[in-house]
Amino acid sequence: MTAVLPRPATRVDEAAVRAALGTVVDPELDEPITDLGFVRSVAVEDSPDGGAVEVHLRLPTSFCAPNFAWLMVSDAHDAVSAVPGVGRVVVELDDHSDSDLINRGLAAGLGYRGTFGHEAEESLDELRATFVRKAHTAAMERALTALLRADPSADVRAVTLADLPADAAEGLRRRRAALGLPAGDADPVLLREDGTRPDAADAPTVLRRARSVRISVDGNAHFCRGLLTTRYPGSEADQTPRPDDRPLIPLEVR
Amino acid sequence: MYTKDGEQYYVVDAHIALWDARPENQRNVHGKQFIDCFYDYHRNLSPESEVWGYEEYLYQGGERLMRDVFADGIVDHAVFQPARLAEFYHRGFGQTEEAFALAQAHPDKLTYNHYWDPRDGENGLDALRAAAERMHLTGVKLYTADWHGESRGWKLTDPMAQRYLELSQELGIRNIHIHKGPTIRPLDRDAFDVADVDHVATDFPDLTFVVEHCGLPRLEDFCWIATQEPNVVAGLAVAIPFIHTRPRYFAQIMGELLYWLGEDRILFSSDYALWTPRWLVEKFVDFQIPEDMSPEYAPITVAQKKKVLGLNAARLYDLPVPEHLRLPEADETETGPREPAAADLASV
Repeated sequence: MTAVLPRPATRVDEAAVRAALGTVVDPELDEPITDLGFVRSVAVEDSPDGGAVEVHLRLPTSFCAPNFAWLMVSDAHDAVSAVPGVGRVVVELDDHSDSDLINRGLAAGLGYRGTFGHEAEESLDELRATFVRKAHTAAMERALTALLRADPSADVRAVTLADLPADAAEGLRRRRAALGLPAGDADPVLLREDGTRPDAADAPTVLRRARSVRISVDGNAHFCRGLLTTRYPGSEADQTPRPDDRPLIPLEVR
Repeated sequence: MYTKDGEQYYVVDAHIALWDARPENQRNVHGKQFIDCFYDYHRNLSPESEVWGYEEYLYQGGERLMRDVFADGIVDHAVFQPARLAEFYHRGFGQTEEAFALAQAHPDKLTYNHYWDPRDGENGLDALRAAAERMHLTGVKLYTADWHGESRGWKLTDPMAQRYLELSQELGIRNIHIHKGPTIRPLDRDAFDVADVDHVATDFPDLTFVVEHCGLPRLEDFCWIATQEPNVVAGLAVAIPFIHTRPRYFAQIMGELLYWLGEDRILFSSDYALWTPRWLVEKFVDFQIPEDMSPEYAPITVAQKKKVLGLNAARLYDLPVPEHLRLPEADETETGPREPAAADLASV
C-alpha cells in the first residue's frame, strides 16, 4: 500500500501578496500601485490547491487610460501568481469604464490582444518602453538638480553615476538596464534619448527638456493621488507619501 | 473687464460649455461615469466656497451660464467648445442648439465653436459645410477620444481628418482646439500623445492649433512640439485651477509654458462648468512665482497676465479690444523658433 503524502501546504499571508503588488508600477507615475492607494483590497483563503487570492484595484477616475489600466492589472496578476504557495488568483479592476472588458479578459487569460480585440494591434511593449524612458529622464533630472542645489557651479555634463548618492545612482542603473543605456560608474548622468552624452552647447537644453518631463510626471502623480482620495474618501490612509526625492521643488539649473 | 491695483484686464474665457448630463440624457453608465469624473475634478481642485452640489453640476442652462461666466462683469467674452459624446448621452453632452441660440442672443459676449469628427465621413463634410454657413464658425473643438460605434478614438493625421482640416481652412474655420483623451486606436499607443498636432501644424500653417490642457498629462511633449510650430497654442483649461490647491505645480507649468512658448501663445480658460471663471481670474491676477523658484523662473509680469487672460485669445478670434488695453507681441523665446523656417531642434 502506498501512502500519498499531502504536499506540505505553504501558507500564503497577505503581507507576501502585498509585497508582490508593491513591485507593480504605474507606468505614467513611476510609483508602485501600493504607494498610490490603487490596491483596494487583498483577500487570501487557504484551499487544497494553495492560497486563493482575490485582489481588487481602483483608479482615480472611470476613464483612466485603459491601456495603462490593463498593464497594471495584468502585472498585478503576474506578480501575485508568482508568490510561492499561491493557487487561484483573481485580480479585478473596480469602477472603470472598461472594468467588464478587462476583468473578463484577464480571468480568461486572453492577454492584451484577446481582451481588446480590434482595438489592439500588436502589444503594449512600446508604450511601456516609452514610459520607462520618461521615468529615466525624470530620475536623471532629479539627480542632477539635487546635485546642483548642493553645488551650483557643477558641470552637469561631466557628472557621472559614481558622483551620485547611492540610491540615486541605483535608481538610474535599474532604469538604464531596462533601456539598454550605459550604466557604468564612469558613464554620464546626463544623456540624450539615444544614450549619448550631449555636447556642451546642447547640455542645458537636454536638462531643460528633462525638467519638463519631470514636472509632467510629478504633476500627474499629485493630481492622480488627489483625485483618488476625492473619489474614494478614506483612501488617503492607503497612500504612502511620494518619496522625498520627488517633491515639487524649485529647480535651479545653471 | 477686470480691474485690480489700477490695471485693467480684458478677459476672454477661451473654453466654456453648456452641457446636459442629467440622468434623462444619460445613454448608459458611461454618461454617469463621465460627469462623475468631471465632478471629482471640480471637487478636488476648487476652493471650498466654489464647490457646487452634484445636482446643479449636471446642468446649468443658459441663464445661469450667463450669470456664472459673466459674473461681476469680469469676463468680456467667452468661447463655447462643445464635446459631442453621442455614445454617452442621448442628445449629446454639449447642447448645440441651446448654446448657439445663446451666442446669437449675445454676439458681443459669446462665440460658438462647433465640432467635427472624421469618422462621420463624407456626410460629416456636408454637415460641416452647412454648420459653418449657419453658425458662421471660426473655430472647432475636436475631442480625439470621443467614442463612435466600435471606434474609441482617432488621430489628426488620419486621412479623413486631413480632409476635414482642408475643408475647415476653406470655410474660414481657423482655430482648431484639440482635446486629447484616454482612448485611441490602436490602444498600443499613448492616447495623450500630441505628436499628430506636430504634423498637422506643419501641413496647415494658416490654421491655429490650440492644445487644450496645455497637453497635460503630456506637458513635456506639448512644449517641445510648440517650440517648433509657431501656430500651436496652449489652452489653460484644467491646468489653471491647480493655482488654488497646488500653486507650486501651477507655477512650474506657467514657468515651462512661458519658457518654451512665450507669453503670446497661452490662453486663459475656465473650462466652465468644470470651474467658474471669476475666482480663477482673481487668483491668476494675484498669482506670482514663489520666491524660492525665482532663480529658475522669472516673475510673471502684468503684461504677460494681460495677454494670457484675454489679449491672446482676442487676437485669435478678432475680438474688439479697446485700443488702450492692447499690447505689442514679445520677441521670440530663447528656444524659438516662431517661424517654421527657423532652426529645428528635434535632434536634441
